[in-house]
Amino acid sequence: MINRLHEQWAKVLETDMIEVKDLRRSFGPVVAVDGVSFSAEKGQVLGLLGPNGAGKTTTMRMLTCFIRPDGGTARVCGHDILTDSVGVRRSVGYLAENSPAYPEMTVGGFLKFICDVRQIGGPKRKQALDRVVPMCSIESVYHQTIETLSKGYKRRVGLAQALIHDPDVLILDEPTDGLDPNQKHGVRGLISDMAKDKCIIVSTHILEEVDAVCSRTIIIARGKVLVDSTPKELKEKHHAGLDEIFRRITRAKVA
Amino acid sequence: MNSFKAVFKRELKSYFATPLAYVFLVIFLAAAGYLTFKQGFYEAGQADLRAFFMNLPVLFIFMVPATAMRLWAEERKVGSVELLFTLPVTIGQAVLGKFLAAWLFLGIALALTFPMVWTVFYLGNPDVGLIITGYLGSFLLAGGFLAVGCFFSAVSKNQVIAFVLSVVACAILAYAGMPTTLNYLSSFLPSGLVAAVGGFSIQTHFDSMQKGVVQFRDLAYFILLIAGWVAACAVVLDERKAS
Repeated sequence: MINRLHEQWAKVLETDMIEVKDLRRSFGPVVAVDGVSFSAEKGQVLGLLGPNGAGKTTTMRMLTCFIRPDGGTARVCGHDILTDSVGVRRSVGYLAENSPAYPEMTVGGFLKFICDVRQIGGPKRKQALDRVVPMCSIESVYHQTIETLSKGYKRRVGLAQALIHDPDVLILDEPTDGLDPNQKHGVRGLISDMAKDKCIIVSTHILEEVDAVCSRTIIIARGKVLVDSTPKELKEKHHAGLDEIFRRITRAKVA
Repeated sequence: MNSFKAVFKRELKSYFATPLAYVFLVIFLAAAGYLTFKQGFYEAGQADLRAFFMNLPVLFIFMVPATAMRLWAEERKVGSVELLFTLPVTIGQAVLGKFLAAWLFLGIALALTFPMVWTVFYLGNPDVGLIITGYLGSFLLAGGFLAVGCFFSAVSKNQVIAFVLSVVACAILAYAGMPTTLNYLSSFLPSGLVAAVGGFSIQTHFDSMQKGVVQFRDLAYFILLIAGWVAACAVVLDERKAS
């Protein structure tokens, strides 16, 4: 029985980079995530869509092993989040909400610290820095301390940190929140460029973003998956714009 | 470089990236010097560092929690704890890395009291062994208090609360073994219990090392104290990192 389960897992792994099975997590009496399951494969940009407090951040934190689920499990790049959390964290790039960093460090010092932790050393470190610094356009603030940066730059430093080891799976929690329209456009471009050889999960509550970058959408509210579809299919099915669909789905099923 | 070393290096650097290190060093050195001379360093007419070492516990009760309070409380407040623990770092590596960096920093502070040593060598012919065990005892004392502070820093997100709790805990650890406390306790407790209270106190083991002998039981006490509080810190942090 167990062997058969393992075989099934192995089959799943061949195609899916992220496989989430019945994840649950509550905080005291509040159920934040209530049996979320989905999978995502290479080349997909999965938009995790939902109103505030829907459980997007909690789901992402469980996928990156920051918090442990109460029930269910997930596999990321073949590593189980419960049994091989270091393996998961090694293969994932994660941009947390508000892109946390060490405020007293310079951008360069911070990125070098991330390289140290991820064991990117010597010439590889230089290559990695030469790749991500222009990619996220942070050359001009490279020697500045992080506490002096604007929100947009801080977010881009967070993005650079998530990309530095060229991960197969990228998890971005509201990557464009608080950016100006030009910066938003830039970040979306970056995501689209990377999409074909990575598996990317983006959480957002901005609907135009889903249209712009996502090849698949999952709408969650109150910790449950309500819709798992593509933006195109959704529009065809409901004959309406995404925000109209979003309102209809989240309001009807939550109430 | 492995993750432990990376955390250690970053933490040690961060002391010197902010005014924290300099403020701490200046105040520590000034206070240590003042207390030593006030206690009659010259008047004693002896070329030893007794007057210097005997004040360290009281000084450390305040200074060490001041270094320790930010270790985890700040990390959780700023949110960088989410960054740290979504990198491939285990709780053990992170806790040890930060603890040892802070301990080394306190070691640097102790090492900077070298003019005292230089003075006694200039004035007389001091017992080198006594000075070495004195410094070793002081370093272990700092480590013990730091481990306590590290734990309370993981308990509370608020640095002030972490500071106050660890000052109280360190003071209890130290004052339980002061002669005045033990004398008072012996007025109503059986002598076995008084000895037990003394044995649990960091002061007893610190004093014992100041006599110039390194005893296994003193070393074992410090090692167990440090390992216990650091392990407790890791457990609490694992529970609370996301809250």
